Amino acid sequence: MRPTLVNQLRILVPVKRCVDYAVKIRVNPQQTGIDTTVKHSMNPFDEIAVEEAVRLRERNKASIQSIQVVTIGPPKSSETLRTALAMGADSAIHVETAEGAEQQMPEPLGVAKALRAAVDLVIMGKQAIDDDACQTGQVLAGLLGWGQATFASRVVVSEDEKSVSVLREVDGGAEEIRVRLPAIITTDLRYVFFSKPRYASLPNIMKAKKKPIEKLTPQELSVDLTPSFQVLKVAEPPVRKGGSKVANVDELVSKLKEAGFA
Amino acid sequence: MPGRNMQEPGKRSHNDGSVKTAPQLCSTTSKATVLSVLRASAGVNSLHTFTDEEELLRDSVRRFANDVIGPRVRDMDENENMDPAVIKALFEQGLMGIETSADHGGSESSFTSAIIAIEELAKVDPSVSVLCDVHNTLVNTVFRTYATEAQKDQYLPQLSDSRLGSFCLSEAASGSDAFALQTRAELKGDHYVLNGSKMWITNSYEASIFLVFATVDASKGYKGITCFIVEKDMGVQIAKKEQKLGIRASSTCTLNFDDVKVPIENVLGGPEAIGKGYKVAIEILNEGRIGIAAQMIGLAQGAFDKSVAYAFQRKQFGKAIGEFQGMGFQFAEVATEIEAAKLLTYNAARRKEEGRSFTKEAAMAKYYSSVVAQKAAGSAIEWAGGVGFTRESGIEKYWRDSKIGAIYEGTSNIQLNTIAKFIQKEYS
Repeated sequence: MRPTLVNQLRILVPVKRCVDYAVKIRVNPQQTGIDTTVKHSMNPFDEIAVEEAVRLRERNKASIQSIQVVTIGPPKSSETLRTALAMGADSAIHVETAEGAEQQMPEPLGVAKALRAAVDLVIMGKQAIDDDACQTGQVLAGLLGWGQATFASRVVVSEDEKSVSVLREVDGGAEEIRVRLPAIITTDLRYVFFSKPRYASLPNIMKAKKKPIEKLTPQELSVDLTPSFQVLKVAEPPVRKGGSKVANVDELVSKLKEAGFA
Repeated sequence: MPGRNMQEPGKRSHNDGSVKTAPQLCSTTSKATVLSVLRASAGVNSLHTFTDEEELLRDSVRRFANDVIGPRVRDMDENENMDPAVIKALFEQGLMGIETSADHGGSESSFTSAIIAIEELAKVDPSVSVLCDVHNTLVNTVFRTYATEAQKDQYLPQLSDSRLGSFCLSEAASGSDAFALQTRAELKGDHYVLNGSKMWITNSYEASIFLVFATVDASKGYKGITCFIVEKDMGVQIAKKEQKLGIRASSTCTLNFDDVKVPIENVLGGPEAIGKGYKVAIEILNEGRIGIAAQMIGLAQGAFDKSVAYAFQRKQFGKAIGEFQGMGFQFAEVATEIEAAKLLTYNAARRKEEGRSFTKEAAMAKYYSSVVAQKAAGSAIEWAGGVGFTRESGIEKYWRDSKIGAIYEGTSNIQLNTIAKFIQKEYS
């Protein structure tokens, strides 16, 4: 008879509400940022993270104790939490920031500081599609002193639940590493090829209504989310002008000199 | 930790997705906004107001429809065949027991949730939409409203889980004049024997549970009409599958009942309901009307979206054709009509949820939506020019699919008749 596993993993999945990936991005009239009066949805990489957490539990029911999702954002971000709950997360935490501070989204360092909690495994998207920072997971690992496995496309929990084996996307292809728990995993797009994140089915949407969302403030977590960067100006890239063909390298060099590049 | 507060589940959200509390409002927004939000919380909302669950459902069905159904639409239409994988996926998503209680395996959601699901499905494929609509708003609702407890316990879970339902009222000689039906049911001891034939029956090719209206006593006129729960293996035969102009993937068949034995327990609603089937038919078709309206507004929007997107890509005379003022005026007109049809539909759905009378509003919604769908789909073809005329574009399909809107579940003339009766009652 197998001894019952005392260690059950608590998974935390941070999610972010971003402008929907299909929306055409436009710079706002004040040139301080992008027009955010458009459709928003969960960061696609975070969706993959939620999906992977739910699938991990479907594959090893005994090993996973709980899946909690967390978001740091204005009140509207609660819809993102509801979606994650409808996908299968058990409970949620909403660290609320002020409405209207959208142009000053919490930066990766602030987010990482706010996320330290009693968990064994953090699964998050590798980056958010609005800032493409790709820093929060790594910074969090540094702050906590935990191992990290970034750009993951496959995660397997070891039998003794003390480590995870992760297949990572790297420049040369893929590498497999083993990381001791607790650890941070950031998910990459290739999970999608192993089959897409689930659609929230109607029964799960209705069940999500009863799942708890706890509200916290950055002050309660003793974290200062004041941005350390200030955006001076945002503008669209200049309209692309046509190029021209050159006959040989000499012509190329002279054209470059004319344009002031050499 | 101090100051934690739990968010109330099911809080109403506004179209922009914000959920505000009073203290937050006062600190960050103007007084005018505070007042409008408080008024909204008091229950006087625009028809663009949906619960969080309804918004989540809309999003989820939209993605599901685009990803799972979208790639199959053309083949299903060309082959006049509903892909079984689509039906299975609809069941898995919980979309086949939308209003059914959780005890019976359903999703226990609102009627408007069903309307939203039907609308979003129709944006991608009106054939799939009508399959979901008939199953939910006709078959499931009849069971929930008129069946005995034993019948509910037996059939509702099956209908939520995997078995497709079909609603069999019309016959060759009785369409609008539904009560002139001739299928007979003769009592023979512990069972009835059904003989006759039904025509124009949606879902019948794939269904295994049929609600069949037959008369137990022709001499009593409509007061002999009784509703029977007939399972496929009791002997229901598909005599003919129609080849149609539109919604081709939705099966429309003639069914034959040849000495079909139906146990006496399968009289819907039990022995007291014998001869009361006409009531079931009238009342349920009122609700079903709103479902068809939802299908039509989804169809109109789907056609509009495809064609207008194309118009802003297609360049002629140096600019996108969508930028010409003439085109812009046409877009504006059709968009206004679609919005009006949507509001008629949502309002009828909410009135039903509130328990208010909704017969007139449902008739208006169904009639008007079918007109708008035709016009929107027809315009969509013209806006896309030659491309819109090809089957490959998927645009012309909406126009073929829209025609049935003015015909089934009560023809437009019947709807106008219904509305006229209300007017007459009010003014004379």
